[in-house]
Formats: sequence, C-alpha cells, structure tokens
Amino acid sequence: MDFYLTALLQGLCLSAIALGVYLSMKIFNIPDITTDGSYTLGGVVTATMLTHQQSLWLTIPAVLVIGGIAGAVTGLIHTKLKINALLAGILVMTALYSVNLKILGRSNVPLLNTASIFNWLNITADPNQNSLVILLIVVILLVAVIGYLLKTDFGIAMRATGDSEQMIRAMGVNTDRMKITGLALANGLTALSGFMMTQFQGFADINMGIGIVITGLGSVIIAETLINWLRITSVVWSLILVVGGAIVFQMVLAVTLSIGVDANLLKLVTAVFVLLIVSLPRLSFRRQHD
Amino acid sequence: MIKISEVYKTYNEGQVSEVKALNGINLNIAEGDYTVIVGSNGSGKSTLLNIIAGSVLPTSGTIMLDNENITKLPDHQRSKWLARVFQNPLSGTASGLSIIDNFRLAAIRTQPKGLKIGISDHFAQQVKDKIATLGLGLEDKINQQMGTLSGGQRQALTLLMSVMDSCKVILLDEPTAALDPRSANIVMQTADKIVKEFNLTAILITHNLKDAYTYGNRLIQMGEGQLMRDLNTAEKEKLQQNQLFEWFS
Repeated sequence: MDFYLTALLQGLCLSAIALGVYLSMKIFNIPDITTDGSYTLGGVVTATMLTHQQSLWLTIPAVLVIGGIAGAVTGLIHTKLKINALLAGILVMTALYSVNLKILGRSNVPLLNTASIFNWLNITADPNQNSLVILLIVVILLVAVIGYLLKTDFGIAMRATGDSEQMIRAMGVNTDRMKITGLALANGLTALSGFMMTQFQGFADINMGIGIVITGLGSVIIAETLINWLRITSVVWSLILVVGGAIVFQMVLAVTLSIGVDANLLKLVTAVFVLLIVSLPRLSFRRQHD
Repeated sequence: MIKISEVYKTYNEGQVSEVKALNGINLNIAEGDYTVIVGSNGSGKSTLLNIIAGSVLPTSGTIMLDNENITKLPDHQRSKWLARVFQNPLSGTASGLSIIDNFRLAAIRTQPKGLKIGISDHFAQQVKDKIATLGLGLEDKINQQMGTLSGGQRQALTLLMSVMDSCKVILLDEPTAALDPRSANIVMQTADKIVKEFNLTAILITHNLKDAYTYGNRLIQMGEGQLMRDLNTAEKEKLQQNQLFEWFS
C-alpha cells in the first residue's frame, strides 16, 4: 500500500509540471521542452538555498522567479528571434544543464537536516500521510490560483492567444509579450515541481530532469483524453483532470515496477505508455469511420 | 480620418519573387465614409487593408489616422481605433473560447486586459441583448464554444464584437467570401446597420459587385497596386450596375 501512496505523492509533486505543460501546450499551443532544464533548475536552487540555511518562504518565490526567467528566455528566443519553439526550448534546456551544475557545485547534493515543506505542518504521525496533506494543500492552491487566472480578462486573452493569434492581435493584445509571460508561468510551475520533488526525495541531482517533459506531456494527454471524452468545458475541471493525469501516470509506472519490470527500462516504458495514450483514441476513431 | 500618402509596398524586395503590391497610393478617407474597394486578384486591395490595419508595414509612405502618424505602429496598438472582420470567419473569433469569452475580449479591445474577472451576470445580459438584435437565435447559446457555430454566424458575431468597445474605423476584408448567399446577406445587412448606427468609417473589400453597388457611398477600383477609379457619393449614385460589371470585362 505504501508503494502506491508513494506513487500518489510523486504524482502530486509532479502535478505542477503537468499544469505547466498544460499551459504551454494546450493554452498557448507552444511545444515547450525547456521543462527538462527548468525542473532541475527548481530542484538545484532549492537544494542550494536550503543547504545554505535559507528559509523555505524565501526559497519558494526564488524558485518560481528563476524558473520563470528560464521560460521567459525561451519565449524571447521564440518570439523576438523568430526561432522555432522546439529549438528555442532545446537551446535553453541545454544551456541550463551547465547553469544547474554551476549552481549545485557538484552532480548530487543530499538534503540532510534542512528545512522542508514536508515538516511545515505536523498533522499526523505518519510522515507519508502528513506529506499527502501538505501536497494536497499545495495542489489545491495551485489549481485555485491558475483556475482564477484563466477566468480573468488576462486569462481569456491568454487562451485566445493560443487559439487565434490574428483575432487576439486585432483585440489589442501583444501576442509576443503574452507568449513570453505564458512560458515564464509554465516554467515557474515546472521549477516548483523540482522544488517539491527535491524535498520529497531528499536530494537534488543534475540528471533529475532528464525526460521529465514526457511525464508532463503524458499527464496532459491523459487529461485531454478524459476532457474530450467527458466533454468538459470548465477550466477548473480541466485543471483538476490534469492533476489527475499526473497521478494516473505515476500509478501506471508504479504498477509497471511492481510487476517486476527492470527499473532500467523505466524510461522506455514511459515513452511506450505515452505513445499508447496518444495513439489509442486515434486508432479507435479510425475504425469507426472506415 | 485616414490619410494615406505615397504608400509603396514591395514583397521580397530584390529577389526573383519580388512583388510590387502597392505603387504609390494616395488616399483620403473622410470620417463616416463607407468606402467599397473592388479589383481583381493581386490588385493590392488586401495589402492596402493590411497596411491600414498594421499587420503589414509599408516599404515607404505614411499613414495618418485622426491626425496621428501610425505608419510604424504594430497592429495590436492600432486596435484602439480599428476593428477588423477577416475573410476567414475563423480569424475574427477564437474557436476554443465560448461566445461570451469572445465578447469579453471585444468589450475591452481598447483597454488593458487585467487580472479581474470581467464576466458578470450584468455583462452576460448585455451580450445577450446585443446578440438578440441579430435575430439568429444565438442569445441563448452564449456559453457555447465559438467553434460550434457556422461561418455566417461567426462573421455576424464578429461584426457585433467590433462595436462592443469604442471604435472609429471598421475594416471589412471580403467578410462574405466564404459564406452561402443567405448568410452573406445577413452579414452585409448587419454591417450596414452597424456602420450607420455607430457612425463608423468603414472600408469594405469585396468581389461581389452587387454588394459594391448596393453598399457604401464611395467606390474605388484598384489594379496593379494603384487606384484606377475613385467614385464619390454623387458619381456612385449615378453609376448603373451594368457599368460596374463592364469594369471587369
């Protein structure tokens, strides 16, 4: 049982990434893979600040801002230099590897006796259940804030930017600035996932972000399948399903491991699993119309 | 209202694919004028409209709007004066957003989009009342996604959206080209009504010579990036429909 609880907790830690990818991919229609770098960046900044006895309440805004800057750089390269978003993301992600290594100082830093968000509240004696409560609070807060944001005038303009650029420019919105803001927001969220995960696993590692964008994508695609299937138009429900997608994703990986698949094959399993969720709806769709 | 002087536009300058789209356009459009522009494909009509809207910047020349030089202003900054209806019904509205979300954006076209929720019951009622004037029965569907509507319905809504916020000039770029005759009629009549009701300065590009004959108080024919004919109100009234058809034969 603890095994699945851990998967649930990991899913909640990674739901901020899923929300970030949902913003960049679904709301702004930009394939952003800065994610791998900004997730590690979040973890690296967290580990460095916490091991230098900085407070948790200073670390959180620092992580958000630094992740945001990484996203804004991708956004600037994409919009101002008119470089393909994928390439812009790869460039920033690659550059971030060195930046992360420089911040962290070495490839792995353990968090021993440092402040942790998981010690912020002590509700139950069981540390896992305690973590669950804290993570739920964080995720509910995130969904509430993003849900509110997307309903504001600014949020409607954000959604329209990814939908019809010509229209939203005619409505007086600077789409370049909007995309940069959106990518900053998405990567700030991604870095927040790095912040949560680093404390959850008790260390920051320079390679922790490799392939993490797939986790975010997979979660969003699971959510999207459900959104289409249940015909959901509510913004908040879509966000809740994205969080659900992140949890389902980790659960599937947990099941895979529990049935004895070699842990070295985990990334392969992840990729095949994402491929399956992407292709299954299409395969069944074809058959109906042939 | 709009003063265009010596405007040239060349695409792909110096390359084999060089196209001289506009060749020294001089045009004055008075406030409240409803100008119709006709011309064959490649005559520069759309480029002219895009240059007024700001989505294309001229190679040389100046554009004044309300005595302000807007030559270098990008399109999203010109939106405080200008509203647009595009040829493609999909361009004027956002498909993934609900009707009311689209109208909310239109209602704050000239204002900053802030971090407050602007859609209230009062606003929804206002939108419903506006949409009801179209007589298309869409007023009960304001939470429906724009993408579920037909092209004609979307063009008609785009027209309404353009007068949700203060607007001086409306640019209509072949708004009925993708529509069936009945929808096209509704859209043209709605446009005419809005232009008169809000006393807008309007520019309409059309290939439909019947529309060019029926609507507007000034008629311009373009060809090879220049103005070939320019008929004022009196001249346009005297024009017979078959004369207009002869321009193109």
